[in-house]
Amino acid sequence: MSKSQLSHAEAAEQFIKDEPRTNWHDETLWFVRQKRDKAAHGLPEWEQLREWASQIKNHTLSNLDNYLLEFERNANANGVTVHWAADGADHNRIIFDIIQKNNIQKIVKSKSMLTEECGLNEFLHAKGIETVDTDLGERIVQLRHEAPSHIVLPAIHLKKQDVSDTFHEHLHTEKGNNDPQYLTEAARQHLREKFIESDLAITGVNFAVAETGGFVVCTNEGNADMGAHAAKIHIACMGFEKMIPKAEHLSVFLRLLARSATGQPITTYSSHFMKPREGQEMHIVIVDNGRSRQLGRADFRNSLKCIRCAACFNTCPVYRRSGGHSYHTAVAGPIGSILNPNIDMRANADLPFASTLCGSCSNVCPVKIDIHDQLWKWRQVLVEEGYVDTTKKVGLKGMAFVLARPGLYRFAGKAGRAMMRMFPWLLNNKLNPWYKQREMPAPPKESFRDWYIKNKQQ
Amino acid sequence: MSARETILKAITANKPSLTELPAIDLAEVIQYNDLLLQYKTVLQSIGGGTVELQELHSLKEELHTKKANGDFVVNRIAALGEVEDSIAHLTATDLAAVDTAYLEGTIAVAENGAIWLYESQMGNRLLPFICQHLVILIEKKNIVPTMHHAYQQIETAKEGFGVFLAGPSKTADIEQSLVIGAHGARSLIVYIVG
Repeated sequence: MSKSQLSHAEAAEQFIKDEPRTNWHDETLWFVRQKRDKAAHGLPEWEQLREWASQIKNHTLSNLDNYLLEFERNANANGVTVHWAADGADHNRIIFDIIQKNNIQKIVKSKSMLTEECGLNEFLHAKGIETVDTDLGERIVQLRHEAPSHIVLPAIHLKKQDVSDTFHEHLHTEKGNNDPQYLTEAARQHLREKFIESDLAITGVNFAVAETGGFVVCTNEGNADMGAHAAKIHIACMGFEKMIPKAEHLSVFLRLLARSATGQPITTYSSHFMKPREGQEMHIVIVDNGRSRQLGRADFRNSLKCIRCAACFNTCPVYRRSGGHSYHTAVAGPIGSILNPNIDMRANADLPFASTLCGSCSNVCPVKIDIHDQLWKWRQVLVEEGYVDTTKKVGLKGMAFVLARPGLYRFAGKAGRAMMRMFPWLLNNKLNPWYKQREMPAPPKESFRDWYIKNKQQ
Repeated sequence: MSARETILKAITANKPSLTELPAIDLAEVIQYNDLLLQYKTVLQSIGGGTVELQELHSLKEELHTKKANGDFVVNRIAALGEVEDSIAHLTATDLAAVDTAYLEGTIAVAENGAIWLYESQMGNRLLPFICQHLVILIEKKNIVPTMHHAYQQIETAKEGFGVFLAGPSKTADIEQSLVIGAHGARSLIVYIVG
């Protein structure tokens, strides 16, 4: 992925310049959030399910080395080759070696945020090897030389006329035909050819089961299966946190995943891969890339429980109004903002600040990750480590100074309210970053404290 | 040190102290008064169709008519007549021409419309995905309430591949407009017998 030079706030400023499109983005994702609510409320045991999922993941992390060994042993016994990659470069090299050894020409890939994280497409492109992304949303952004802007809905930043233009250029569809049915059919025909002629299919992994050595891949389109069952070689790439102990635990996660993601009761296909088919080669690449470091951070380790449903994206008031690309990382949104500082603290120091800390992300998380607490904790780590710019630091220090002195705080509040009433232009101008894209609220006549003292006596 | 050893060593050093696995208590889980009704309602809501049958005569006739019309149909249901095993060796190019596949499912899940298919029931792993239309037969007595019940009845490690399949292939990647028939089957009809 080409890394944007802009910070989240700068990129978000670009995004919101198109107001109708920003509103559409906001409302569409909120609609997905509402579908999630409806699905969740349909199950009286929803909160219990979240608790089970959280406990299963906590347990797995607490015994992860043993589960990975058990998984490897069972996968090997199933005739699957297991590879280990310390980082993204390792991951890419392992795949490149398999490609070279087998003289592979045609590659199809289904959605894998891990391969995005490792920059696999760009790495292979530099070696003269092209991969075809087969998830419809991913194919759209790939043809446009863009990165996915959402981990479940990769092309959610685009409108149908954008897709129509892209398909007209690359797939020769009728110019100006914006019908989603027509455009999807064109992609179906285009990608069927790619599936049939491919030598290698690369997929992600949703869940890997230690007890059986098998793994599960979930899609609605069927693209992972079309690729994996047609190609002579299948490589499945997984971060090591995809592990779960037993097959019966899949029930808990498959009940939560699609309901949290899109409000569907389950994805169309939940495919359980155990052994390569006759004559096929199957590989699994287990990737660390900073995950073991995150496991060692007590405050942040439970981010590794994530099952990539994106419920936290859809509910986040900042994500909905700033778009996925402003996060300049493979995994955007609130969960990305607590995962990415671990991968590169300097490059991603802006992300934990791209939040209002409203806590909605934690409330919808199906595995109960305390996302907003971790955002707050990352801010402290980043300030301590010196990754926060001076303006923000001075501002925060000033605020800390005032907040620690109740008398000064009350005086500043009173003065501020008076100033806002008498000289509104002092705040309502372009120099005030809080005035951008929003009106300043009317200043209250009195502080809550004054109101409380007055009303308590009555 | 190999990447494998480095990773495992780092995990051993960094993992938190051992916590317990929860017990999944099925008494906590939703119950349906009418499994069949629940199954039909959910499957229809995700784009699939259902037909209830007392016996298989009409389905046999449908299959026979399609074959007589020269449609490329693949039958994997023994009760409907000859089962085509030869498809195990067909290539993706061959299978791409399949119009309709007739498969028998192991169990169906009332809460989400999913049906479990073992590889042996598909005959070829690619078949349920690459065919244009899919027909699956299940027995009414094999409808279970939830995924927890489903995993108690199937054995995921028994064969090389298996799938929970719920409805036809779909996508909403273009402006969130739902389109049925992304890469997989364009339609799914579930025949419920018994």
